[in-house]
Amino acid sequence: MIVAIAFYAFALILLASAAMVVTARNPVHSVLFLILAFFNAAALFLIAGAEFLAMILVIVYVGAVAVLFLFVVMMLDVNFAELRSGYQRYMPVGAAIGGVLAIELLLVVTGWQVAPEALHLSLGAAPAAATNTAALAEVIYTKYVFLFQAAGLVLLVAMIGAIVLTLRDRKTSRHQVIRVQTERSAAATLEMVEAGIGAGIGTLGIYRPLPATADLEPADNDPHADDPHADPVDAAHGGGAHGGSGHHAPEAR
Amino acid sequence: MEAFFATGFGHLVLVLLQTLALLIPLLIGVAYLTYAERKVLAAIQLRKGPNVVGPFGLAQPFADALKMLMKETIIPTGANRLLFLMAPMLTFSLAVLAWAVIPVNEGWAIADINVGVLYLFAISSLGVYGIIIAGWASNSKYAFLGALRSAAQMVSYEISMGFVIVTVLVCVGSLNLTDIVLAQRHVWFCLPLFPMFIIFFISTLAETNRSPFDLPEGESEIVAGFFVEYSAMSFALFFLGEYANMILMSAMTTILFLGGWLAPFGIEPFTWVPGPIWFILKICFCLFIFLWVRATFPRYRYDQLMRLGWKVFLPFSMIWLVLTAGVLMIFGWLPGAGT
Repeated sequence: MIVAIAFYAFALILLASAAMVVTARNPVHSVLFLILAFFNAAALFLIAGAEFLAMILVIVYVGAVAVLFLFVVMMLDVNFAELRSGYQRYMPVGAAIGGVLAIELLLVVTGWQVAPEALHLSLGAAPAAATNTAALAEVIYTKYVFLFQAAGLVLLVAMIGAIVLTLRDRKTSRHQVIRVQTERSAAATLEMVEAGIGAGIGTLGIYRPLPATADLEPADNDPHADDPHADPVDAAHGGGAHGGSGHHAPEAR
Repeated sequence: MEAFFATGFGHLVLVLLQTLALLIPLLIGVAYLTYAERKVLAAIQLRKGPNVVGPFGLAQPFADALKMLMKETIIPTGANRLLFLMAPMLTFSLAVLAWAVIPVNEGWAIADINVGVLYLFAISSLGVYGIIIAGWASNSKYAFLGALRSAAQMVSYEISMGFVIVTVLVCVGSLNLTDIVLAQRHVWFCLPLFPMFIIFFISTLAETNRSPFDLPEGESEIVAGFFVEYSAMSFALFFLGEYANMILMSAMTTILFLGGWLAPFGIEPFTWVPGPIWFILKICFCLFIFLWVRATFPRYRYDQLMRLGWKVFLPFSMIWLVLTAGVLMIFGWLPGAGT
């Protein structure tokens, strides 16, 4: 009784939200109704006892596929008036295709014959002894293992194809090489400058970038040339020396 | 009493009571997690933290909640009202919904279902909707940018998380959360699967949008990200949802890697403490690391975040899964291999 009520409730919401997917004016609302439809389908799976399929439906379709839909649809700038302008022109073609499909469906459904032995089978998602997941795995990984692997390969090829078609390596893009980045150290990139008491800001023991090229060096050193205390040391010295030792070093000499 | 709970209506009452018994401590835990965060951050930065409201500032979370209730809910013009109000509710209710399957002690789960791990994974993968809907419905550039960042980030890290979970499942041979904890009776999975434990923990940081992966709300670039337009209780729901998610992810880490309610080593002085206490202590340990990480590390740059997820974690967790399965196969340790 309760199961029947739940089934019809979920089925009704499923159909209603599926109808809303195609009739909603706002594409974002369409996607949200699609998500609602997925959820109700998962609930129907649960009622049928297929708990594994229900969870996978939510994880794959709601958790990943619909997120990407939403992602793309939200960024679209769709002109709805323009979309609706061709309605009169495309209407007959659409109706014709729909009619053909409806006739085909009718032919299939009316010609359906249930095998006589199937009538006696109990309706269940899994054999009574095994859990849902185990029952599914026993079929997929033994009897249908090659088909299963082939399906995976097809998806892999589709994914690689999409990447190959869209990935362009622009030569101008600035790409970070993480290895180079993490191997950088203060000693390799910064220079320690020692200065005596009363020296200017240019000679206080602060880190500054190393001169990029050799010809820049004289220009860099020029301000200190007439200062007797100025004493630029090589970069290796500068690793840990900062502040205190920077001031005391000239006195020790 | 027993007979009453066996009837259909009695069962409903029982489940409601169980839900309350789980939710009320959870909500108090969420309130005090905000307090703990401020205290821990303060201690790390040599400050005092909240200490005025109540003894040691213990009433601070409730003062904050009252303040939030008194404020005005502002709905921006041009916002999609229904979705704008729905998003925070969705975020918070999803964070609470997942607790239905968490076993606090042996047999102490409200719903001890066969596909418990999948349920948790499904619910945590839905968390992105609250954020993405909030960002879109706000009709604001900053909120939208935050939502886009969050969607890309959460989808990326879910994949490596999935592989980590599969690795654990290969060692357990069941999708039931109680079975997963019981399989760790001899050794917790954080020891043999240590690299996966680390990857899982970092992925939960990204999944809950916590620092150093809090780019969706990166306040220095996009003000407050997806909830920039929210105020009063709708903001509070986002805030509480984030903390409830942190507790949920810590519970997941505890169940998958830290042996759930099991006492360490299973020896005498430790086994005197009841299981739920161990469960809570382990969750607190994970939460402390969440806060510690926040106080220690600067925020990632976005391309580095994506690189870490796709180019480091994903291949590594895939290779480790194959290795684990291979080792189990060679030594005949596969669970249920005999049956």
